[in-house]
Amino acid sequence: MARDTLTGSRIRERRSIAGLRQADLARQVGISASYLNLIEHNRRRIGGKLLVDIAQVLGVEPSMLTEGAEAALIATLREAAAGAGAPSHEADRVDEFAGRFPAWAEVLAWAHRRVGSLERTVETLSDRLTHDPHLAASLHEVLSTAAAIHSTASILAETGELEAEWRDRFHKNLNQDSQRLAESSKALVTYLDQSQEGGDDPRGVPQEEVEALFASRGHHFEELETGAMDIEGLIAGAPGLTSAAARQVAEVTLGIYARDAQAMPLTEFRAALVQSGLDPVALAAQFETDLPSVLRRIATLPEGVGGAEAGLVVCDASGSILYRKAIPGFALPRQGDSCPLWPLFTALNRPLVPIRRRVSQLGRTAAEFDCMAVATPQFMPDFDHDPVYRAFMLILPASGPEESRQDVQPVGSSCRVCPRGTCGARREPSILSEGF
Amino acid sequence: MSRHVLLVEDEPNITEAIRFLLMRDGWTVDAHSDGADAVDIIRAARPDLVILDVMLPGKSGMEILRDLREIEELRAMPVLMLTARGQSRDRDMAEKAGVSRFMTKPFSNAEVLTAVRDLHAQATQS
Repeated sequence: MARDTLTGSRIRERRSIAGLRQADLARQVGISASYLNLIEHNRRRIGGKLLVDIAQVLGVEPSMLTEGAEAALIATLREAAAGAGAPSHEADRVDEFAGRFPAWAEVLAWAHRRVGSLERTVETLSDRLTHDPHLAASLHEVLSTAAAIHSTASILAETGELEAEWRDRFHKNLNQDSQRLAESSKALVTYLDQSQEGGDDPRGVPQEEVEALFASRGHHFEELETGAMDIEGLIAGAPGLTSAAARQVAEVTLGIYARDAQAMPLTEFRAALVQSGLDPVALAAQFETDLPSVLRRIATLPEGVGGAEAGLVVCDASGSILYRKAIPGFALPRQGDSCPLWPLFTALNRPLVPIRRRVSQLGRTAAEFDCMAVATPQFMPDFDHDPVYRAFMLILPASGPEESRQDVQPVGSSCRVCPRGTCGARREPSILSEGF
Repeated sequence: MSRHVLLVEDEPNITEAIRFLLMRDGWTVDAHSDGADAVDIIRAARPDLVILDVMLPGKSGMEILRDLREIEELRAMPVLMLTARGQSRDRDMAEKAGVSRFMTKPFSNAEVLTAVRDLHAQATQS
């Protein structure tokens, strides 16, 4: 049934919600109850003054009665019906359903969105469960204890007359299990916290193992600067690099570090910073190198050199994050599903053009940062081959003249945890708004 | 009619709760907590139905189930599997191994009771 023919159904629904009898509404708008009955069963078209009068009595906008549920709601319901394999003759009547039962339709749409959100969460956790035996064992412990508590509590609550001996035993079991649950939950949270902080145990993902090595060294390798140790020796002495893949990624990343250090020796680079200030383009010219090398070099200076703590993000043309050096106040998601508004991605859209933006990441602190980004070809392409770009973004705490608020670009960390509701770049709903 | 359940579960409080639940429903319940010799215990006890946890010390519930299905006289024995892992691939694995019913933790007592009654009824009818 077409949406505009359902005005009567919506009137009936709204009248029920308002607690009005058909005869009451009919009397108030000056028509007979039998005529209103025909309207409510969509057997008479309605419009003009009568529609406005009915809407006024029901306390809604006339458009609520003529247009009914939002298109987005209908689309979500269709999606839900398709996903659940609803018979087509029923699914085709989704419009009628939304018109007749708007509140239930909203509930169903909300549930469908919620299921989607939870499925994504479960998928992420499932993937970790598959690759993380410690996490699997911890969750098994929590769920088994919860099962014991649930089962025991149900017996206590639902069994009418329970012998004192059994009752005491179950109370004792509940006490034991609740203590066990508290301990295992605490251990699980500690484990997950350590994982999020990129602690000493990097959970076996190559990129994360390398990231953990760099983080543990403050992203600076004195032995490579001085030549006291080569890359091979450094990797051999890093037990956290557990897989061949991680060691290979580390070799490449440390190789880049060593070349940057050679091109911009620490003493000279420090002197240049004092003389020219933190001007990446001028520094690139002075050391006859490219801009990405300078951005990397600034981000990997030892503490106290350069005047400001710097963060760095490197991504490839797919947007996958290859390197992250975090800076307090600017969240860098681990999974790579970053905010597309970052200057890093603007640079990918405008290769070879240095991009400087002052940004503020929505969140608790809303601190401001100066981001400098550029995208350059990953390698020199052959004739008639497309270049593949890699983008680099240096993140510095905002300094210098204050920008007017309109010049500060609001960005997020990732859609999933971004509270900004009206963002055109949003990929998926925020779990914050969905209350997860 | 014989109503004998063997519960293979290493969580003593889950065992206690299920034992109570089934005994109230008229079942004889034996319990065992080690996976390593579970097949031998089942073969010797010949229960009407087995409730089997997946993560057990010694041998996993999935391995035990596969072994049971290899033994001619135990091939048709109803097995209700309990697990904290409810992913579809775990369910698929259990179905391929010949599980009769798959239930994820935490479960409700009513679910367990219904499953046990259903499986037993199906087995006695066939």
